[in-house]
Amino acid sequence: MAYSEKVLDHYNNPRNVGSLDKNDPNVGTGLVGAPECGDVMKLQIKVNPETGVIEDAKFKTFGCGSAIASSSLATELIKGKTIDEAMQLKNTVIVNELSLPPVKIHCSVLAEDAIKAAIEDYKKKAAAHAGAAQSA
Amino acid sequence: MLKFPIYLDYHATTPVDERVLEAMLPYFREHFGNAASRNHSYGWVAEEAVEKARKQVAALINASPKEIVFTSGATESNNLAIKGAAEMYAEKGNHIITAATEHKSVLDTCKRLEKRGFRVTYLPVRPDGLIDLDQLRDSITDKTILVSIMYGNNEIGTVQDIRAIGQICHEKGVLFHTDGTQAAGKIPVDVIADNIDLMSFTAHKMYGPKGVGALYVRRKNPRVQLVAQIDGGGHERGMRSGTLNVPGIVGFGKAAELCQQLMPEEMPRLQRLRDKLKDGILAQLDEVYINGTMERRLPHNLNMSFAYVEGESLLMGVNDIAVSSGSACTSATLEPSYVLKALGAGDDLAHSSIRFGLGRFTTEEEIDYTIGKVVEVVKKLRELSPLYEMVKEGIDLRKVEWTAH
Repeated sequence: MAYSEKVLDHYNNPRNVGSLDKNDPNVGTGLVGAPECGDVMKLQIKVNPETGVIEDAKFKTFGCGSAIASSSLATELIKGKTIDEAMQLKNTVIVNELSLPPVKIHCSVLAEDAIKAAIEDYKKKAAAHAGAAQSA
Repeated sequence: MLKFPIYLDYHATTPVDERVLEAMLPYFREHFGNAASRNHSYGWVAEEAVEKARKQVAALINASPKEIVFTSGATESNNLAIKGAAEMYAEKGNHIITAATEHKSVLDTCKRLEKRGFRVTYLPVRPDGLIDLDQLRDSITDKTILVSIMYGNNEIGTVQDIRAIGQICHEKGVLFHTDGTQAAGKIPVDVIADNIDLMSFTAHKMYGPKGVGALYVRRKNPRVQLVAQIDGGGHERGMRSGTLNVPGIVGFGKAAELCQQLMPEEMPRLQRLRDKLKDGILAQLDEVYINGTMERRLPHNLNMSFAYVEGESLLMGVNDIAVSSGSACTSATLEPSYVLKALGAGDDLAHSSIRFGLGRFTTEEEIDYTIGKVVEVVKKLRELSPLYEMVKEGIDLRKVEWTAH
């Protein structure tokens, strides 16, 4: 199948590849998908606790070219946004930006899920951290 | 000089050899006659050409020319063999045995027959890709009329013990059909020594044209009869009606002759290149698994799974090499190869496979380039792979709770 120029660009030059320290209280990690389904995305965000702004985002993806491109684009889209803004990001933005065909829409859904999972993880850690700070 | 994309998908199809094309050309315009025209020289010339080709094709597999039925290809041959035998011998029994790793044109034909009241046993394969001969023997009942087991597998290149399978069938008085599409012309196939009663094969896998194939139908010990699946003018001894594809058949004949001539040098040459490809990749990458046994394998086939890398992205990375993946991720169902699953490979490894098929025009330079490219792309994708990272951290992936979707 033919890939769009933008998918090829993200595949050949993925943005923000890598990992953040998952033990850092300001880092949220989302891991979604399953190996037997053919795609797994790990997306991490580093949040400024004062402002709620996502200061850094990194990803690693096991999956087809469209899955790699979707997660690469996702990190670009959420960097600099607040976690509340990032929570609003819809997969259709990714579909349109990358011109994904219908059979690849699940890749964009997975990227949206990864963002949400990372934010949830951050929030959970922040709440636990606040609780720990109070009881200390 | 390398020409891109490098073609390493010879199991899918092969280019027509120049010598084959030369042989075919006169039969499009100059000698365009219908081989069934008995009243003039146009017909006689065409018939003569067909009979020469029939001899060439028969010689490749040690058959008699009268035992060759020309068809449109191996899919039609498989349909004719299985449906034709099932209908012919339906009074004797209604049971057919085949294997889980057969080509779709065998499996779907069997499924069709199941709807018509036949019973089909789909033998599993061992992790090495071969069927268990004892299990085959135990599966044959007094209702069994046909066993259909392929010679060489189109994905993993494993070569079944055809001679032993044929012997079991003959001892039990059951007909033996084999899909010889990937084997004929590539490795020695001898229908007499191999105890084969019916064999499908096709021209375009052996440097002949597309659209022409053959079914070998044994004429003695036992004499095999089939119910025709295409009715009409009674061509091909009534087993396959339809005007013969004379240029195609001429090309098939020439292709078969060339394969027979070249086989003694081609087999070791391709095996050496294939082994170089395998060893070159294995030397530079960890966690690479070979699908199917290396002991009994077509000399031009290699099928490997690259753990923690997804097949489609792998193919996207090696886009200057034409290969196939066992993963069909483009379909909405995300079904990995049923052949790899039948070996017991986990779905994750089935998703991460590449099939390399080498052939007559494959060069050493192409293999050297391919080794370098595959290693480079797999390394890059593993840098990108969360699974590879987790494994390197000591996490057992099987114990992770995945969010299946």
